[in-house]
Amino acid sequence: MPASLVTALIGLADDHLILGHRLSEWCGHAPMLEEDLAMPNIALDLIGQARALYSYAGELEGAGRDEDALAFGRLERAYRNLLICELPNGDFAHTMLRQFYFASFMQLFWQAAEQSADATLAAIAAKAVKEAEYHRRHCAQWVIRLGDGTDESVRRMAEAVALLAPYTGEFFIADQDTCDVIAGGILPDTQTLQPAWQADVEQVFAEARLVPPKDVYAQKGGRRGVHTEAMGHLLAQLQFMQRSFPDMTW
Amino acid sequence: MYSQGLIGSGEQTTETPEFLAAFQARIDADEKIEPNDPMPEAYRKTLIRQIGQHAHSEIVGMLPEGNWITRAPTLRRKAALLAKVQDEGGHGLYLYSAAETLGVSRKQMTEELISGKAKYSSIFNYPTQTWADIGAIGWLVDGAAIMNQVPLCRCSYGPYARAMIRVCKEESFHQRQGYEIMLKLAEGSAAQKEMAQDALNRWWWPALMMFGPPDGASEHSDQSTRWKIKRFTNDELRQKFVDATVPQAQRLGLTLPDPALAWNEAEGRYDYGEIDWDEFWAVVKGNGPLNKARVAARKKAWEDGAWVREAAIAHANKRAARQSTALAAE
Repeated sequence: MPASLVTALIGLADDHLILGHRLSEWCGHAPMLEEDLAMPNIALDLIGQARALYSYAGELEGAGRDEDALAFGRLERAYRNLLICELPNGDFAHTMLRQFYFASFMQLFWQAAEQSADATLAAIAAKAVKEAEYHRRHCAQWVIRLGDGTDESVRRMAEAVALLAPYTGEFFIADQDTCDVIAGGILPDTQTLQPAWQADVEQVFAEARLVPPKDVYAQKGGRRGVHTEAMGHLLAQLQFMQRSFPDMTW
Repeated sequence: MYSQGLIGSGEQTTETPEFLAAFQARIDADEKIEPNDPMPEAYRKTLIRQIGQHAHSEIVGMLPEGNWITRAPTLRRKAALLAKVQDEGGHGLYLYSAAETLGVSRKQMTEELISGKAKYSSIFNYPTQTWADIGAIGWLVDGAAIMNQVPLCRCSYGPYARAMIRVCKEESFHQRQGYEIMLKLAEGSAAQKEMAQDALNRWWWPALMMFGPPDGASEHSDQSTRWKIKRFTNDELRQKFVDATVPQAQRLGLTLPDPALAWNEAEGRYDYGEIDWDEFWAVVKGNGPLNKARVAARKKAWEDGAWVREAAIAHANKRAARQSTALAAE
């Protein structure tokens, strides 16, 4: 169990670090000052959640890896984040739709994880659920505004829906490690979250007058470390300092 | 983070002597001037320009530091830097709001920034090349900004003074954070110490230039001082900054890149070398290393974001129209 839990926690932490990294790329370049504040703020929450998860994984592993060793010290194949988190930002419609999908999923995930048999995870979930709820609300509002805005914003949202459609299926696929942890009552079974997530997306899409995607083939591989080509470039930036100046204190 | 003697003012005033005297009497009595109070046009214009330059500095200042968010060396440093850059954006937002109380819109001010008409602090036209630059900016640039902004908390214009109180609290936190980055580097490996010294070498003189031209060359200090917009001269503030910073550099074991720097026992202050004013004016006039890149980045964000802002307005209008149709049907 502990080995499976460590692996599952690292995957979850990677989701948050990598998506937080992407979101932080917007800092100083947002469409309006309010979003120059909101996006780094959400990124900050995601990095904070990643830190809590990495620290706990490192502690359980007992091999002396701290949050930074886990965040910066692995090769690409060892990162286990969902592919949706590493995709390049695209335009603001793409960024907000992705963030809405992820936040809606994580809100349900953390709600369920509050009942975890593991007290540390339940505590992490109790804090994170409030943050995910805020992220979901903020991003859902943008999906609605842009989906029901101008001709251009409608076109861009429709493009974002099509581009992201293949990457949401991975939320609900559990690998063997995750299945073990689910069986232990430690992490929620994401498959059981799918109907509620689907309902949330449909409700927001209805208000946004967006057409949900149909018959989509789900891309997967992130949880096995099989990434898109964008991932290596992201890691080159993320790991730059630790690779250039190994084993130093900052 | 902003600190620069206002560039390009010299407004003329056309009000009657009685009006000006009554206004000056309020200033002399240390009354705060509020948005709807009568005020000389030159007072209003000077403040719009100064608060606008200050707000733009916060916004442009997000770029050099934002350059290191994705490359910060640890998660703790990454989180702190994200929070700091976000704070700077928040300062920009309060300051634009403060300027708006004087009858100018954020859109107008933004358009002046991206057209290159409006100025911002010259320091942000220098590149952040290493992680130590993030430490040096926090320590020196936020440090210089605090020297300038603490007196602005007592500025005669109420909304600006009140915005400065909150801004100063956050800046002083940023300055400690920057110093702590430098301290870690100074205590670290030879490569880290070298990185810290190199950053100090590159940022020291531009930090001194942040206080603006020397007092003899400043065109509008006198009127701003009489109106209590400005409380100290550029050179007074620069001296305070040098005196506060020299012992901090000593504690770090780093050397300030000024051979003329020496304690002056008689005056009770540090003497320092001649500032390269040609470099200062070159940067102010748009010829710093990154002036064009900074303005281009802000222009790109503004133009690329136009469709988002338009969509938000269109959606709000649609929503309002639907609501009124629904109400009419009831």
